[in-house]
Amino acid sequence: MAEWQTGDPLVLAGQKFGSRLIMGTGGAPSLDVLGRALTASGTEMTTVAMRRVDPASRGSVLDVLTERGIKVLPNTAGCFTAAEAVRTARLAAEALDTTWVKLEVIADEVTLLPDPVELLDAAEQLVADGFTVLPYTNDDPVLAKRLEQAGCAAVMPLGAPIGSGLGIRNPHNIELMVQAAAVPVILDAGIGTASDAALAMELGCAAVLLATAVTRARDPELMAAAMRSAVIAGRLACRAGRIPQRRYAVASSPPVGA
Amino acid sequence: MEIVINGAAHRVADDISLERAVSLVSDAATGVAAAVNGDLVRRVSWPTTRLAAGDQVEVLTAVQGG
Repeated sequence: MAEWQTGDPLVLAGQKFGSRLIMGTGGAPSLDVLGRALTASGTEMTTVAMRRVDPASRGSVLDVLTERGIKVLPNTAGCFTAAEAVRTARLAAEALDTTWVKLEVIADEVTLLPDPVELLDAAEQLVADGFTVLPYTNDDPVLAKRLEQAGCAAVMPLGAPIGSGLGIRNPHNIELMVQAAAVPVILDAGIGTASDAALAMELGCAAVLLATAVTRARDPELMAAAMRSAVIAGRLACRAGRIPQRRYAVASSPPVGA
Repeated sequence: MEIVINGAAHRVADDISLERAVSLVSDAATGVAAAVNGDLVRRVSWPTTRLAAGDQVEVLTAVQGG
């Protein structure tokens, strides 16, 4: 393959990933459907949540990831305070033998928006504990900078509320975050369809994290393949540099000799 | 004595180990973490951790999410 196809890995905390699509596992109708979607997505890292064991449950999402060689990224979904999130991250580290965590500290169950004060507090504690912290954050460039200064390995702003499929509601803020950030910016949450993922990458995001758009699509495997292509296309377009937008036409054929 | 595992009451032998208590809800060799009264207990310490009446045990694993 040509250099432009292979020479552009995502680098997070020193670790390289060939795919810039990070998947979630929530919402899939079965582990079988989830597995086929993950394979089609080409993802190399995928999130899971930590919950009480259910003695009646058959099969494990961990098996689905292990069979495919996908790195597991535990999240702290469902935590409302820094203390809860730090405790959940430590339990996840013990259960899954990883110090990477997708840090989520939400403010309420209606919007699922991050609580910035608790989020920053948890990030500082977990960085001090030696965790590689990937925080799910608001599309706020100032908060993103504070999270970066706290030692987070990336910042992961929402495009729109989790599961809403509303796309990127404030692309200008995402662009500001990308311009200011010294760590990768990963668009997390709000993606509805492939063009949203492509736009995130065109804005300069280093990767896209999505779940619902694939797992609740009519055909999850097909949508996963679409997202894979969209992220690649958006990344290439970003690197290639789009032309300036103009009010009037610019002829692409020679103007003389017609 | 009675302890609580993942929100459900269990009658168990006095002085039961955390390892034995966890085995009441999970037989997984990996992928599981346990806390007693909110404090994480590393897996290597499960056999030597003795529980007391009323202890609250949480046994967590990875599920679909995020």
